[in-house]
Amino acid sequence: MNRFVRHRSVRIAAAGLMIAVALIVARLGAEAQTPGATPGAQTAPAGNTQNGKRIFASYGCFQCHGREAQGGIAGPRLGPNPVPFVAFSRYIRQPAGQMPPYTSKVVTDTELADIYAFLQSLPQPPKDIPLLNN
Amino acid sequence: MAKSQKISSDRRNFLKLAAGSAAALVAKSNVLSAQQAPSSPPATEPAAHEVEMLTTDRTGSDFMVDVIKSLGFEYICSNPGSSFRGLQESVVNYGGNRAPEFLTCCHEESSVAMGQGYFKIEGKPVLVMAHGTVGLQHASMAIYNAYCDRVPVYIILGNTIDATTRRPGVEWAHSVQDAAAMVRDYTKWDDLPISLPHFSESAVRAYKIAMTPPMMPVVMVVDTDLQESPVSQSAKLRIPKLTLASPPQGDSGAVAEAARLLVAAENPVIVADRAARTAAGMKYLVELAELLQAPVVDQAGRMNFPSRHPLNHSDRPGRLIAGADVILGLEVWDFWGTVNSFRDQLHRSSRLLTRPGTKLIHITAGDLYAKSNYQDFQRYAEVDLSIAADAEATLPALIEAVKRLTNADRKRAFQDRGAKLAAARQEARERVRAEAAYGWDASPISTARLAAELWEQIKNKDWSLVSEARSANGWAQRLWAFEKPYHHIGGSGGAGVGYIAPSSVGAALANRKYGRLSVSIQNDGDLMYAPGVLWTAAHHRIPILSVMHNNRSYHQEVMHIQRMANRHNRGIANSHIGTAIDNPNIDYAKLAQSMGLYGEGPITDPKDLGPAIRRGIAAVERGEPALIDVVTQPR
Repeated sequence: MNRFVRHRSVRIAAAGLMIAVALIVARLGAEAQTPGATPGAQTAPAGNTQNGKRIFASYGCFQCHGREAQGGIAGPRLGPNPVPFVAFSRYIRQPAGQMPPYTSKVVTDTELADIYAFLQSLPQPPKDIPLLNN
Repeated sequence: MAKSQKISSDRRNFLKLAAGSAAALVAKSNVLSAQQAPSSPPATEPAAHEVEMLTTDRTGSDFMVDVIKSLGFEYICSNPGSSFRGLQESVVNYGGNRAPEFLTCCHEESSVAMGQGYFKIEGKPVLVMAHGTVGLQHASMAIYNAYCDRVPVYIILGNTIDATTRRPGVEWAHSVQDAAAMVRDYTKWDDLPISLPHFSESAVRAYKIAMTPPMMPVVMVVDTDLQESPVSQSAKLRIPKLTLASPPQGDSGAVAEAARLLVAAENPVIVADRAARTAAGMKYLVELAELLQAPVVDQAGRMNFPSRHPLNHSDRPGRLIAGADVILGLEVWDFWGTVNSFRDQLHRSSRLLTRPGTKLIHITAGDLYAKSNYQDFQRYAEVDLSIAADAEATLPALIEAVKRLTNADRKRAFQDRGAKLAAARQEARERVRAEAAYGWDASPISTARLAAELWEQIKNKDWSLVSEARSANGWAQRLWAFEKPYHHIGGSGGAGVGYIAPSSVGAALANRKYGRLSVSIQNDGDLMYAPGVLWTAAHHRIPILSVMHNNRSYHQEVMHIQRMANRHNRGIANSHIGTAIDNPNIDYAKLAQSMGLYGEGPITDPKDLGPAIRRGIAAVERGEPALIDVVTQPR
């Protein structure tokens, strides 16, 4: 159940949308440069995908972004094809929008790399879903 | 508990006379002042030769039912209470329990919220009866929601005014000097009639006030003695004529100026919130938007605008607001929040979204009535043209003014703008479809999948979404084709949790006679406030399909605690404390079954969802309420 404080949610949604736009733009840009590859992979530190999946849940990332990082009103989609690691890391430490900051005291750099690895590992969504053509 | 029959009889005679003639009462009263010693002790038992009057054929409550019937109420939503026992008995016997019919509610909060949902489909209020004390205390949050949502609910409270005739014990605990005081800050009007003529006049007045925009709940406090006292057949009682006030329309000069700004604008934006009061409201808004070829941001306080219309740009408000040169707000609850962004970090901050020189116009009945204590009026909006009027009533004049000012050049410009907007709308729709595919096969089930599976089953039926269109990530609003005035009913108003379950049953009650399929996306925590409303739906055969958005938490609060924990650098490991609704998980299907509903679930595999919804709809189409429990992603 959601204690739905409407006006604040609208603002969160608006801010989330802006973040989403920024991230999507970044993602699209990256995709244009490296078609077929995972953007940012070259600059991302190696991470543990399984630990990243665990942390994504236990650190509450999923609360706003969904368990599959699919995104929603409270937070944009994060994967697959996450934004470059540098931008990802910078935003988590010092978010410009509504997202709560995660300092290194709460999420270590290693854990960030693990989460990023998890986001990179997410599968592409199924194509041509009939229910979405209604 | 019995009370002195002698006193009771005298008291009833007193009120009978009060109803008939106050002057006669004064003449016949035998008033004894405090300074005078009585010549003999007052009689407490009837004399041997007197025949005690124990029954009567007509009481004040019968006349009250006459008045109530004259106002056209279809239903009374109520949890029974002794302080209005006379009125309840008159409703079910004298009134034949028809128009209004007494519906048994398990909580006064449910009674009021059912009325809120019912009004937003039917356009007229239900009557709620409750104790003036404990019943109103239960009802108060729902009254606040209705007040914030500008919905009239007509509330009758029972109370026993005369302290000397109260039954000892509970009736004292259920009596109060000023019953309505508790909710006066968030009701529009109240009264405490002391005679039946007073009741009838105030009852009609209350209805008229409640139904005049801005609409809000009203309260009538009805004395038990006035209800239960005999009424002489010769008593001259009448019911005043009800003439509803026409909604206030905007000043003609201001409307002309609004039209001038809109026609001259290069990038006008229309923002609608609680704009469409009736079916006509959506028709007018579509006409205005199409005349101007202006995008509409529907904030979904009401069913304002068709969701798939090429001019519906509700999913990209930020870009539109930032680029607008004129913004027309129609009954916008939070205009300031519409044109500003707000950042909830350690130091709260805000930023104006509009560009310099953007003209802001607001048409709202909210400017006609304000109270100070509760702060639902939002931050002060610095608009350029403020029209204190009902938006829907003002739209026809605005449309005509726009038509008069639109020349061929402007019409061409509008068409060019419309073509670009239609293309942008199509692109946005494709983006939404693409986004909905992510997490499609996830378990817990994604809210996009939930909305899509539900839409697949209802899209060819005459459906009505009786929960909030924006909940569950707003996927219904983004994926479904909302076209008719009853396709959704807006939100709670005051964000008081516990609204969805009862208001959806109330809306389904209104939909029942039209044969519509009422569907609700029901949040788990919301249902747990007063789940007894499920029994009310079963008992009164109110068909509704509730599909649970069961994320097993008070999820908004999870995010708030998470925000605080991160802000304080402590991690979020304990954010579930006080916010999770698990351990044990609630079996909502069994809960529903126990109250007589068709129940299924918990559904955790998305492949099982479509068939379960189909079976639920089959039950609803047999006239039963049904609940499908779906374990979902948090949002």
